Amino acid sequence: MSILTRNTRSTRTRSSGTSRRGIRGNQNAAGWLFTAPVIVILGLFLVLPVLMAAWVSVSDWTGRGSPFAGGTQFVGARNFEAILAGGGLAERDFGTALRNNLYYVVLVVPLQTVMALFLAMLVNNRILKGRGFFRTAFYFPSVTSTVAVTVLWLFLFNATGAVNKFLSLFGIIGPNWFQEPAGIFHLLARNVGITDAPAALGSQTLLGVTWWDWLSGPSVAMTAFILMAIFTTSGTFMLLFIAALQNLQGELEEAAMLDGAGVWQRFWYVTLPMLRPTLFTVITLGLIGTWQVFDQIYTGTEGGPAKTTMTPAYLSFSTAFNNQQWGQGAAIAFLLFGIIVIFTLIQRLLLRERVNVPRRKRMNPEPSRGRKL
Amino acid sequence: MTALISDTPTTASPASPLPAKGRRKRQGRFIWLAYVVLVSLAVVYIFPFLINLATSFKTEPDAASDPLSLVPATWSTAAYERLFLNSDFPLWFGNSVVVTIFVTCGRVFFCLLAGYALARIPFRGRAVIFAAIVAVMAVPGVVLLIPKFLVINQLGLYDSYAGMIIPLMADAAGVFIMKNFFESIPASVEEQARIDGAGTFRTFWSVVLPMSMPAVMTIVILSFQGSWNELSHFVISAQSPELTTITKGVAQLSSGALSAGTQYPLKLAAAAIMTIPVAIVFFIFQKKIMNSTAGALKE
Repeated sequence: MSILTRNTRSTRTRSSGTSRRGIRGNQNAAGWLFTAPVIVILGLFLVLPVLMAAWVSVSDWTGRGSPFAGGTQFVGARNFEAILAGGGLAERDFGTALRNNLYYVVLVVPLQTVMALFLAMLVNNRILKGRGFFRTAFYFPSVTSTVAVTVLWLFLFNATGAVNKFLSLFGIIGPNWFQEPAGIFHLLARNVGITDAPAALGSQTLLGVTWWDWLSGPSVAMTAFILMAIFTTSGTFMLLFIAALQNLQGELEEAAMLDGAGVWQRFWYVTLPMLRPTLFTVITLGLIGTWQVFDQIYTGTEGGPAKTTMTPAYLSFSTAFNNQQWGQGAAIAFLLFGIIVIFTLIQRLLLRERVNVPRRKRMNPEPSRGRKL
Repeated sequence: MTALISDTPTTASPASPLPAKGRRKRQGRFIWLAYVVLVSLAVVYIFPFLINLATSFKTEPDAASDPLSLVPATWSTAAYERLFLNSDFPLWFGNSVVVTIFVTCGRVFFCLLAGYALARIPFRGRAVIFAAIVAVMAVPGVVLLIPKFLVINQLGLYDSYAGMIIPLMADAAGVFIMKNFFESIPASVEEQARIDGAGTFRTFWSVVLPMSMPAVMTIVILSFQGSWNELSHFVISAQSPELTTITKGVAQLSSGALSAGTQYPLKLAAAAIMTIPVAIVFFIFQKKIMNSTAGALKE
């Protein structure tokens, strides 16, 4: 987003015509006419929907007829209350979905960023041959549809699937991935003999979920989706890092090399600080993307097993479309939007603290965006 | 690779033999290691797709008993026959083709117009529109599922091609790519045309459009990929079986709509076919896609 705030320069196209006002008027008309289709469509299908959903989220609309018809009542914050403090199923489902997605975000964002950077550093190495081939191989999963990859993943990770077959070569008995609701932290705890919730953690709840369950970690099923996310997105972010690396010229690195800096030192003290703007972009996009898990869940698990792959995005959808609780569905969508905004702001704050890059540079972390076309 | 390694001792400078030699040697080892890592990672990234393809030609027992092998024990095209002769799959494919073509044409045209206006025409209100588009880009798509359904339903577009196509025709990110492109090319050619007496529209059609083919191709590729792979919008904008697109159809197939049992060869055949169009576009325009990373982000 921050990429886009630069540029307000081109006001130079002013022709030398005699009747300046005429040309001006003409240009105003042309400008509005040219942008009209985009404005109309975005307004109709992005801005208006948000307003309508805002109304639905505070109404008791049941999905029949128009939400503006007489039968629909204003219910105030009741839908939000049911989700955040209702004490019932709606609250517990939202809490569970939030937990699932939180683990997904916390694991996927760092892992995909590190993986993408690692791939980019490898592929960008000038001494290596066949870099084009490897770049293609790593990027290909990013262009295929989530639906196709999910179908493939369901096959690879089924009880007798390719992954477990591969693990069995090393004598490991793999789990029944997409049927296994146990959280991986719980499984680890079980290994050291803790099978039940300690009293302190089992009795207190937050959003209808006990603290013990908040600490479960992602379920085994969710872990399979986490691996899939890394598989499908690392290629895209790798390209962003490659573009940034190619803009670095390598002079500084050579200087550091002459000064006797090792591979690690060069990476840690020279390359990484210069990649900070790109890192910022990748983490921001990662945070925004990982809170929007929908396609995989719709195609693969529909929230199961035991709701451990339920995400707020899918919960919002199924609450509205399957259970006809439109007000609650819309309310969840707004809460999700709020979560994404908050996370992005927190990340901005954290990364900005230590930044020493000139302001101008930070404003356009990816200067090659339009020029390379 | 071997050349690089064997090369090292001879080129070491005699003035400072020891440190240079040590470093080169280390570099040789590094290269070797880098190739091992690269190749094993490439296998991890490619192998799943090979399994996908191989399994789609297997019989069901074979797929279950030997999921790792890349060569079917007995070749079978039963999955493909079933898909094309005994299911709605051709219909889904056709729907996706129709939607993709319309969305792509619309996006290219509208993004071109808006991008050009925002970059080149100094009209009143430009800054406001620009800011509004920035704001719109920041709204995450999944959050809009229910809201979009509400409007599509209210406008009477639910369960129609119009409802599936029109909302996807404008793309804020595409407008940006276009705007940036126009700002990167000099305005002198257009000014020339302007001086020769061509109006705004005339300049746009006969001067600007031919010049902007590279950026147009970028938008074509991105919106092709985007609309072919789109799922959530089609889930909320239509429900009748005649309007099912390939993503929605395969997603429903995956959750067991067409079949009893696992039917892995069938599902994987469907997944393979739906990957083919994007794969073809990808391999033809590879270089371009890799360079225009900005819009190729998956959600």
